[in-house]
Amino acid sequence: MASVFEYAPAPESRAIADIAPSYGLFIDGEFVEAADGKVFKTVSPSTEEVLSEVARAGSEDVDRAVKAARRAFEKWSALPGAERAKYLFRIARIVQERSRELAVLETLDNGKPIKETRDADLPLVAAHFFYYAGWADKLDHAGYGANPRPLGVAGQVIPWNFPLLMLAWKIAPALATGNTVVLKPAETTPLSALFFADICRQAGLPKGVVNILPGYGDAGAALVSHPDVNKVAFTGSTAVGKEIARTVAGTRKKVTLELGGKGANIVFDDAPVDQAVEGIVNGIFFNQGQVCCAGSRLLVQESIQEELLESLKRRLSTLRLGDPMDKNTDIGAINSEEQLTRITSLVEQGEAEGAERWSPACELPESGYWFAPTLFTNVTQAHRIARDEIFGPVLSVLTFRTPDEAVAKANNTPYGLSAGIWTEKGSRILAVANKLRAGVVWSNTFNKFDPTSPFGGYKESGFGREGGRHGLEAYLDV
Amino acid sequence: MPSSALTAAHPLKDVAASDSALRRFLHGLPGVDAVGLEGRAASLGTRSIKTTAKAYAIDLAISMVDLTTLEGADTPGKVRALGAKAVKPDPTDRTTPSTAAVCVYPDMVAVAKEAVAGSGVKVASVATAFPAGRAALDVKLADVRDAVAAGADEIDMVIDRGAFLSGRYVKVYDEITAVKEACGTSARLKVIFETGELSTYDNIRRASWLGMLAGADFIKTSTGKVAVNATPANTLLMLEAVRDFKAQTGIQVGVKPAGGIRTSKDAIKFLVLVNETAGEDWLDNHWFRFGASSLLNDLLMQRQKLATGRYSGPDYVTVD
Amino acid sequence: MSDTRLSVLKTYKLYVGGKFPRSESGRVYEVSDSKGKWLANAPLSSRKDARDAVVAARKAFGGWSGATAYNRGQVLYRVAEMLEGRRDQFVREVGEAEGLSKSKSAAVVDATIDRWVWYAGWTDKIAQVVGGGNPVAGPFFNLSSPEPTGVVAVLAPQESSFLGLVSVLAPVIATGNTAIVVASEKSPLPALSLAEVLATSDVPGGVVNVLSGRTAEIATPLAAHQDVNAIDLAGADESLAKELEIAAADNLKRVLRPQPVDYAETPGIDRMTAFLETKTVWHPTGSLGASGSSY
Repeated sequence: MASVFEYAPAPESRAIADIAPSYGLFIDGEFVEAADGKVFKTVSPSTEEVLSEVARAGSEDVDRAVKAARRAFEKWSALPGAERAKYLFRIARIVQERSRELAVLETLDNGKPIKETRDADLPLVAAHFFYYAGWADKLDHAGYGANPRPLGVAGQVIPWNFPLLMLAWKIAPALATGNTVVLKPAETTPLSALFFADICRQAGLPKGVVNILPGYGDAGAALVSHPDVNKVAFTGSTAVGKEIARTVAGTRKKVTLELGGKGANIVFDDAPVDQAVEGIVNGIFFNQGQVCCAGSRLLVQESIQEELLESLKRRLSTLRLGDPMDKNTDIGAINSEEQLTRITSLVEQGEAEGAERWSPACELPESGYWFAPTLFTNVTQAHRIARDEIFGPVLSVLTFRTPDEAVAKANNTPYGLSAGIWTEKGSRILAVANKLRAGVVWSNTFNKFDPTSPFGGYKESGFGREGGRHGLEAYLDV
Repeated sequence: MPSSALTAAHPLKDVAASDSALRRFLHGLPGVDAVGLEGRAASLGTRSIKTTAKAYAIDLAISMVDLTTLEGADTPGKVRALGAKAVKPDPTDRTTPSTAAVCVYPDMVAVAKEAVAGSGVKVASVATAFPAGRAALDVKLADVRDAVAAGADEIDMVIDRGAFLSGRYVKVYDEITAVKEACGTSARLKVIFETGELSTYDNIRRASWLGMLAGADFIKTSTGKVAVNATPANTLLMLEAVRDFKAQTGIQVGVKPAGGIRTSKDAIKFLVLVNETAGEDWLDNHWFRFGASSLLNDLLMQRQKLATGRYSGPDYVTVD
Repeated sequence: MSDTRLSVLKTYKLYVGGKFPRSESGRVYEVSDSKGKWLANAPLSSRKDARDAVVAARKAFGGWSGATAYNRGQVLYRVAEMLEGRRDQFVREVGEAEGLSKSKSAAVVDATIDRWVWYAGWTDKIAQVVGGGNPVAGPFFNLSSPEPTGVVAVLAPQESSFLGLVSVLAPVIATGNTAIVVASEKSPLPALSLAEVLATSDVPGGVVNVLSGRTAEIATPLAAHQDVNAIDLAGADESLAKELEIAAADNLKRVLRPQPVDYAETPGIDRMTAFLETKTVWHPTGSLGASGSSY
């Protein structure tokens, strides 16, 4: 008798992460209150439970933190690279040691499945620090001339989708090259950055080298426009990225922007179908689709459209949505009510514009912010859901007939961050990859990241690269 | 009883008309990206199966074991002991399910049949000059008929890997159909590919379809006699094949990973693969089996642990 | 003097899409030498000329960026060859434009010709210098390669009308970008004459487009143009540069801010990398071999 294999709840222990009822700003090696005493609450998006109350940085705090970073810069930049390297190696090791705790914390604060924080975010965080640690005393060999100098104080603003990983992408190269840092985590996910402050303490990092300012957009704007900031690094929306580009115009600040995307995942008729289906699922449902390089547009060759969609739908029906702390959860919560509203509104527009909406049978929890995996067919390039970044678990399916058409459609967007190609024909991969205007092209795979690989966009997806040897340039006076 | 082979009228029947026709069909199947396949298998391997789910999975796994002895040193005594163990795997706990079958060489079928008589446990027999399969077709068929005559409920045949690798697909196909015929209506046919010798995932997918087209009731990874036997990846691939074959033809074919699955943890991972790939239609020992011997005792120890809350030890399960 | 013949003056024109149009506005402005002597009437380009130049540059981008690096190197070297043949003309024009003695002007022209040669040699090396394989921790091969940003607006330096111009233009097109050059406002003639050289040097039409006129007037629509991918502000003063950088943010153009440059020095690779994107392409390699048998 065939039966049903129900997976019993397999919750990770939340006691692993000891969250304090309140946190301050981390400035000059100390946790301090905001100058104006403001605080905000950070909630768990899967339950709406308040996790902690966090000091909210204002412009006065930004100034204080930049001053601390400036004071720390002289000694930190004068330190032999080998010594800076050892601090970063220490940080990498402590991240590894505390990775279970940090994974739990991140899942609680962000809403993404523990499977992802455990198997993707945290290993990549540690790897990123390890990678850049090794650069600190080898900068002469990085291809930027002899003795390249740091810029000074780096103002860094990071998003909520990969809070700790984006912190690592920002802080590791900055410190390796001898800069000091003021970093503002997103207002919905401040906790892992504050735990990172504690890691800096454990690593014995000199005070002022890393300053963490939880806060809202106003704090980010104050940081970016602060006259004593030499370098601005931002990951987030294209709209804010443009605002930052305007703010720094006419200054000598060096800027890198890692912004939105509307990645095309192109599936040719000779694709390895089962792996393509996995790649499509991973491309758009990893982290609930809240990924700048998500493969949010599926471009499928018309001749295999039906077959592929059938497989895809069958696969989506096996996705497990629910408690992010459950080790078997594939789809967690949307990060915030605001984001959920945005996704919902775009999806409604998609329906209103005549695209066909489909989701697997899927029960959403009563509290928290949730959105079922969603697939739109009958989508054309003119639809808003094919043009706007939804930043949610929503896939728009378009079709093409020839490789030329696939490339034209893939490139027909102001964005240019990522793309995918699925075909068993090697020359087609290389030819198509060559023509795609995107900073990262995954062929027969998707959403792979590695600290050695430069990452960043073309066109309105931003400029500059993070990761790899290329990622050093943004923090060096070259 | 079992199987529904493709009817003569089925459009897929034509694909075996010649080596070139079969080649066109098999090489027209979608390719397999090795890294993606292994990645998916590994990712399913991280499922955390706890408490009630684990209890369910362990009992299901026990009920799917083809408890196997395939040694030159096999004796009637050994086979009788194995049969007794298959019927009542844990003498201290009568709620323990029986295994699906015992699996023996053809000359032991009669002994095995007697040992499991009346229990519902099947007797499977490897035949066709197992494990190499290097014998004339007549000899292989005689081997099969002998086992069937002795009462085997299931025949585990090996394909001619040499013929397969050299592209003589019709030879492989014809052998399977001949063995299938020799099985008659009483025995179900498991077709062993020896995936470790097929060397590529593309070949495993092609062999799976070839076997199913020729009328296999089960497709089975391996003999247990080579270096690489059942792996999560090759089993996942075969599960995709039976899923797709059923979608296309309506015919359901079973899957049997064999060799190398020794722990409950491993077995549960395979059941997760079944659950999330082929689906619940295959969560039954009519459609999924484990070819194993030492696995059973580990399942039993885990079962005892779940029941009592303390870890069991090898002295508390029987050695047969 | 009976041996004096009246010379034939050149009508200077714009260079857009491989053709030599007048400004669509029909306007010209007076260009004089360093002592105020009239040299020519140069086209006073309008925003519509800028628009046409962007269309031409975009149209040329696919072919030029898709050409082999070897081919681009040959074309750039051909520019040097053609310039060498017209060396005397440029020595005169640059001397007049910048008020240089004949020997100083000759040195500038020689350096300019050599600069083309320098960049001609870079076309097929830059990818090896700034790109490469990344040792990723997994069964993947990935390769980062530089690719041209696209259509680049280049505000040529105001003072160095020829060497400066080529020093900012050549690195842009060496890597496969196409360019709209706004010539030095005061001294546009060497740039307009260079266009004639480019037109006879196998540089495909549209790869370089040369506009003369008021820098601010032409640069403003270029900085705001949504189909321009980058802008080199070398020829903008501080306040114009800031204004243009703000306008450029609308589609996140790559902006190279004005900075002090000694154009006589051998350049580094910065002006090339400023207009290069990095694309990283991944592909699985096959299993690591730990668990399976297969490929």
